[in-house]
Amino acid sequence: MNEDVFKKLNEKISTKFPDAIEASDLAYDFPSFTIKKDNIHEVLEFLKNDEELNFHFLTDLTGFQTADEKQLGVIYHLHNMPKNIRVRIRTYFDINKPEIPTATDIWPGANWMERETFDFYGVRFKGHPKLKRILNVDEMDIFPMRKEYPLEDQSRDDKDDKMFGR
Amino acid sequence: MSKKENIIPESEETIEKEYSILNLGPTHPATHGIFQNILKMDGEIIHEAEPTVGYIHRAFEKLAERRPYNQITPITDRLNYCSSPINNMGWHMTVEKLIGCTVPKRVDYMRVIIMELARIADHLVCNSVIGVDTGAMTGFLYIFQWREKIYDIYESICGARLTTNIGRIGGFEREWSKTTWDQIHNFVKEYPKALKEFANLLERNKIFMDRTVNCGPISAKMALDYSFTGPNLRAAGVDYDVRVATPYSSYQDFDFIIPIGTAGDTYDRFMVRQEEMWQSLKIIEQAIKNMPKDQPFHADIPEFYLPPKEEVYNNMEALIYHFKIVMGETEVPKGEVYHCVEGGNGELGFYLVSDGGRTPYRLHFRRPCFIYYQAYSEMVKGIMLSDAIITMSSMNVIAGELDA
Repeated sequence: MNEDVFKKLNEKISTKFPDAIEASDLAYDFPSFTIKKDNIHEVLEFLKNDEELNFHFLTDLTGFQTADEKQLGVIYHLHNMPKNIRVRIRTYFDINKPEIPTATDIWPGANWMERETFDFYGVRFKGHPKLKRILNVDEMDIFPMRKEYPLEDQSRDDKDDKMFGR
Repeated sequence: MSKKENIIPESEETIEKEYSILNLGPTHPATHGIFQNILKMDGEIIHEAEPTVGYIHRAFEKLAERRPYNQITPITDRLNYCSSPINNMGWHMTVEKLIGCTVPKRVDYMRVIIMELARIADHLVCNSVIGVDTGAMTGFLYIFQWREKIYDIYESICGARLTTNIGRIGGFEREWSKTTWDQIHNFVKEYPKALKEFANLLERNKIFMDRTVNCGPISAKMALDYSFTGPNLRAAGVDYDVRVATPYSSYQDFDFIIPIGTAGDTYDRFMVRQEEMWQSLKIIEQAIKNMPKDQPFHADIPEFYLPPKEEVYNNMEALIYHFKIVMGETEVPKGEVYHCVEGGNGELGFYLVSDGGRTPYRLHFRRPCFIYYQAYSEMVKGIMLSDAIITMSSMNVIAGELDA
């Protein structure tokens, strides 16, 4: 269904930014692109301002951690309402240097979504007007959604529940 | 004594203008939920607002990473608790999309009925509360009994009223009883009268209009920039509705219109919700009329849908599936999906990544409230405190959805 859209997007992005696309797929009929971290801001800007693509609406922005726990990611869901096309943009970067440019200058609505991502994953958005925790308390010194913090403390010894494998 | 003398300034020019700081919330009867706003006031005019959120954050996204798929449904109840069935159905549909299951038409139509009832309940709370905040208690008192009737319908379907956990992945837990159908028929027949009465009280009421017209307006451009969705976006004049843009659950079969406003102010938001309730009734009527007969009330997905109890005791396969579902041992295919439904407040999205295990690898809720509440401080700049209160209630900010 979205194959034409996918081809078109692939072509447009790769002509404008030759090395920006790391991977792309159309799983579940949803065009997705993995963009290099260095190009992310200009690609997003291009997707919004290009008259034909016109992804003027930021549906969602969220954090992600890869399974090897070495990389963090940010996932953008963009929407072109008049043509009703959606696209997913992913970008990955090293967990020890989690810095990417902010998208608040492109969509003001990215403000709280980026704060949430910072709050839970510790991604530092360069140029964000007010990057501080939003849902957790300010004093918190961990980034709780990272996989290194399991839901329950695995080292607890006051619980002896062999049957259900705690 | 020398200190005292310094208090009185020497001349007029040295008086510095100071703003007073007002703490609105976290628990304030007029904000209907736990929100804190630190307001910088110039008399009664708001100069600056600084919202603080997160008072009821419950770490749903983290919790979901340790739960099997069917146990995540109760979590979604607690997002927008004014219309929990929409959240439940949204989640079921997300999982169905991930596992590639198609549900019978009958399930789609049953879901539509339940979701539209939930939408009515949601809008009804919001609109009657706008009335309360403007000083019109009567409408609220009269219309609220109809939310009770909707809750009675939920109760006869699933046994719960507020946090419903309604339906299952693949369909419904059981066929709806005759009582349920009677209640639904009765609601569809009687509710228009009550809604008409409520509309007569407020819609063209001079005092109500004076109070709400041009109060807390937002332009279409700004609403889109701030990623508004749902009635708040439509009140600003953008005809975006997920039910029409990307139809789910057979919404393409129904004939309804999307009401839009022009100014994006409190009155427009009120009127859009008002009209949406009429449209929801129209959809429910169509769903009842065209309900497919002789179809099962659930899809045939034994790995996810609990078998009937008689079979569990007498059938080996059913016993295995029952055990696997209850113990949360069903494995789900790898995949990455985004599914959205039109919730009470806008596009409620589920971004789900599965690594092939028994629990989601990553689940993110796109919560419309959280996203549009960030524009609140921008919207209330320069307006009166009392207008800020009704702007907030007309935006229908639900604490559960805001904080997840």
